[in-house]
Amino acid sequence: MLTVTDLSVRYGQIEAVRGLGLSVAKGSVTVLLGSNGAGKSSTLNAIAGLAAPRGRIEFEGSRIDGQAPEDIVRKGIALCPEGRRVFPSLSVAENLHLGGAVHATGDELAARIEAELARFPILRERYHQKAGLLSGGEQQMLAIARALMSAPRLLLLDEPSLGLAPKVVDQVFDLILTLRDQGITILLVEQNAERALEIADRGYVLQSGDLVLSGTGEELAQSDLIRQAYLAG
Amino acid sequence: MDIVLQQVLNAISLGGIYALLALGLAVVFSIVGLINFAHGELMTVAGYALFLGVLFAVPLPLALALAVAAAAGAAVLTERLAFRPMRRADATALLLTSFAVSAILRVLFQNGISARPKPVPLPPALSGTVDLGPVHLGAVPLASILVTLVSLILLTLFLKRTTMGRAMRAAAEDFQVLRLMGIRANRVVAVAFALSGALAGVSALLWVAQRGSVDPLMGFIPVLKAFVAAVIGGLGSLPGAVAGGFVLGITEVLFQAFLPEAALPFRDAFVLSVVIAILIWRPDGLIPAKSARRS
Ligand SMILES: Nc1ncnc2c1ncn2[C@@H]1O[C@H](COP(=O)(O)OP(=O)(O)O)[C@@H](O)[C@H]1O
Ligand SMILES: [Mg+2]
Repeated sequence: MLTVTDLSVRYGQIEAVRGLGLSVAKGSVTVLLGSNGAGKSSTLNAIAGLAAPRGRIEFEGSRIDGQAPEDIVRKGIALCPEGRRVFPSLSVAENLHLGGAVHATGDELAARIEAELARFPILRERYHQKAGLLSGGEQQMLAIARALMSAPRLLLLDEPSLGLAPKVVDQVFDLILTLRDQGITILLVEQNAERALEIADRGYVLQSGDLVLSGTGEELAQSDLIRQAYLAG
Repeated sequence: MDIVLQQVLNAISLGGIYALLALGLAVVFSIVGLINFAHGELMTVAGYALFLGVLFAVPLPLALALAVAAAAGAAVLTERLAFRPMRRADATALLLTSFAVSAILRVLFQNGISARPKPVPLPPALSGTVDLGPVHLGAVPLASILVTLVSLILLTLFLKRTTMGRAMRAAAEDFQVLRLMGIRANRVVAVAFALSGALAGVSALLWVAQRGSVDPLMGFIPVLKAFVAAVIGGLGSLPGAVAGGFVLGITEVLFQAFLPEAALPFRDAFVLSVVIAILIWRPDGLIPAKSARRS
């Protein structure tokens, strides 16, 4: 579904990603692991059009690299960015509305909002509150719901469990599996390697911009590198 | 009684003009990070459009609408021609660009129209007073307050109820994420400029109604004041711009009315002392903006 070939991302002198290749199969959960600054967010941002990439990015058979984020989301790729980045002074309702505004109108838009409220009942309770007043977990739910408003076929999730209470982390991982079962392909960036690999069909490990390891979730969970770096033992 | 009430009205009406101008500056600043010093020239564009409309005997409501539209159109045009090519530049380069736009427009007015003021005769209904029983109040300040109020209500409805309005509030907080939602950055910026121009246009009508003439420099002083107002309110904050505008306008009129004769020449020094006191008390302004991430 998504094929990335020889992808590089630079910010001035800094080369955040070097010659990365990866592919995401339709209907799978693919994870991208790596420590802080490894280039994970840069990779997702390049796919979504926020960072200028060099190399090839193909989605469903056509090239999308170099296109604007406004166009890439119309092709069916949504990015839920690192740090949630909800619009804090807008209400939950307004955040959701903006998430879907260019993808649906009228009854269809209302139906999509209703579907997200059914998926995240807490958002219905907080519907008229400002997003900035929500707890971290609630903001994460809102950020994911907002990304889903464009009805993406590929969802890019950047560290959705970061800074959340263990219970909420469980919820997030359950949600990812549910979304996959509903036919949404997932590319997930995570610090929590153990949990991520449990649900991953395939994984890639980045280290300072270079791809150092890839394989199925199980293979990676067994690998020395991952065990030493992330799984403590 | 009449005099006190009239001064209060004057204060509110001047505050309203500053508020609309400061809002125009804030709308653009909150989204593009640009302090548009060509904002005053947008006022002037509206002023001359009104002058031409009256000259060619266009019916007044149409002439007013055309004047506001001219300022909005000019704002969009300056964005397209001058600011969009500089989108990736830093704040200083943007600021210098706006100085250049301002200077070019001023020269165009001076050489293309006239360096001297052109009279814009008021309709008779606005030149008199409105009599409320024993109280007689100037029609212009009353109309001005009414127009400000309606503009603020319309702007609020636009920002709260429409997709584009919401997008503009969101853009002020996180433009990148807004683009991830599929909302076109260029369109949001263009609408921000159009809105800013329309606000300058409405302020220009109110300004001209008080003065009765237009000249190439007419926008300079009010926009300087509006900039001060926007800073008092919290640069980039829309509620702040309104608050700052009213505080500044009211302060000016109060000093004007109640300072002793000998101190009147120093009115602006008194006003600026109040401004400085406010900024010492609240360095980020009365109602600070939340964040100003740039595109
Ligand atoms: N907008 C940016 N400008 C400059 N450098 C950046 C930017 N974003 C990321 N970087 C740098 O690129 C490298 C990779 O960052 P990032 O992709 O965010 O890593 P990760 O998500 O894996 O933590 C880091 O060294 C970071 O400092
Ligand atoms: Mg990251």
